Amino acid sequence: MSEKVLMKGNEALAEAAIIAGCRHYFGYPITPQTEVAAYMAKRMPKIGGTFLQAESEIAAINMVYGAASTGHRAMTSSSSPGISLKCEGISYLAGADLPALIINVQRGGPGLGGIQPGQSDYFLATRGPGHGDFHVLVFAPSGVQEMADLTLKAFDLAEKYRMPSMILADGTMGQMMEPVVLPEPQESHNDLSWAVTGTNMEREHNIVNSLYLQPQDLEDMNNQRFARYAEIEKKEAMWEEFMMEDAEICVVSYGITARIARNAINEARKQGIKVGMIRPITLWPFPKAPLAAAADKVKHFVCVELNMGQMKEDVELAISCKKPVDLCYRVGGMIPSPTEVLEAIKKAM
Amino acid sequence: MANHEIVIAGFGGQGLLFSGKVLAYAGLLEGRELSWLPSYGPEMRGGTANCNVILSDTPIGSPIVEKPDVLMVMNTPSLDKFEDTVVPGGKIFIDSTMITRKVNRTDVEVYYVPATAMALEKGLTGLANMILTGALLEKTHCIKDESLDAALHKVVPAKKPELFDTNMNAVVLGREYVK
Repeated sequence: MSEKVLMKGNEALAEAAIIAGCRHYFGYPITPQTEVAAYMAKRMPKIGGTFLQAESEIAAINMVYGAASTGHRAMTSSSSPGISLKCEGISYLAGADLPALIINVQRGGPGLGGIQPGQSDYFLATRGPGHGDFHVLVFAPSGVQEMADLTLKAFDLAEKYRMPSMILADGTMGQMMEPVVLPEPQESHNDLSWAVTGTNMEREHNIVNSLYLQPQDLEDMNNQRFARYAEIEKKEAMWEEFMMEDAEICVVSYGITARIARNAINEARKQGIKVGMIRPITLWPFPKAPLAAAADKVKHFVCVELNMGQMKEDVELAISCKKPVDLCYRVGGMIPSPTEVLEAIKKAM
Repeated sequence: MANHEIVIAGFGGQGLLFSGKVLAYAGLLEGRELSWLPSYGPEMRGGTANCNVILSDTPIGSPIVEKPDVLMVMNTPSLDKFEDTVVPGGKIFIDSTMITRKVNRTDVEVYYVPATAMALEKGLTGLANMILTGALLEKTHCIKDESLDAALHKVVPAKKPELFDTNMNAVVLGREYVK
């Protein structure tokens, strides 16, 4: 195991992408993710990779489409308003069944919003960011170590299932430093025979495309894609349980708010309140099974997030509304304190 | 070692994030749990800037410091903002060149160090932050004395090794002042 180093979340993520074999980064600056681009600008030329600051977010995502078509690991990063611009390109990536990594270090919205941390792109990420029926894999890191580890996971699963992955972080995750053990490179066994790499006149040519003018063909493509999504929902959901063994109240939270909730839960336990947490690590696929199981044991759920209750809907769906679900939130770049979360837990008693 | 939740605040450009990084790297070298969270954005360009550092022997939940036990401040708006958040019995370190008012609280330990004036007098311009950090280290022992050397080597830019000595001199000055 390599030693612990101190890195910002944005930098650990960028280095992890390089460890994952990514040699094609296309981006455009925006706070609070700019360190990802800055890091790539420094590192890529030294390792024979490509760093390109595009003329816009839309250009960058379409460059990702081009690089991904050749079977190479490609990525872009941005923050909320920039991700809105990329949505067209993400839809095309999904429609062409291309793997790629999109980083969203979220800030408060809508519109230009602010630059302080947010989680208000939850719907945008989990419902398919763009037009058409599709999903992207969505990972929600809750610390610098996960910023690194989930980047490798996101590249691997994107390739395995031939679809885009998104790391849905927030300003705090991007900016904070914590000790991190950089992950080891993993061997990849993913099938890349679909890539357009030149036939050498030795095989049929591959086509990467999202245009299907025959409705039956397009319906078939959608059905095939959703068959894969069903498999992913069964196999790939990730979550962490914290103090759930005897919990009567279940907090559900991800990213920075899960860290804050942890403080509140520790304090509540000192006061004799039986509370635990289920922390989704993947937001799509959403960890429905552990929540459904918890619904038979706990009395109350409390969602903590930096939006007006977007994940709360997924929790209610996962537990078939069997138990009440409260919401503890701040928006606009404001962040709830552990005291505020503790109050919400007490209210649910 | 005791756990510490530290807020370091002042104007952007006073070296507050740098001071925080020195503590963070010392924590890393000591194998402790730690987090370092800066304010970011336009705040960093001349407005008020701050950073939160947590040093702990158990896993850290929120990296956001709600109730610091150590506060180091280098301008009046930062003292106004954070004075009431300090836990009773906590320690406040003040650059008394930049902040002319006194702390209103009576349940905290306060150290007034004219760090900016001392830096000017000793030819350590721009290192008032490290003078105040020296005072903080002397009175909190939040990191081991022997960790400081290695931590400072990590934080001082490799291209400017001469800054190591000036930073260390500043720390010693601050230590001596509160001894």
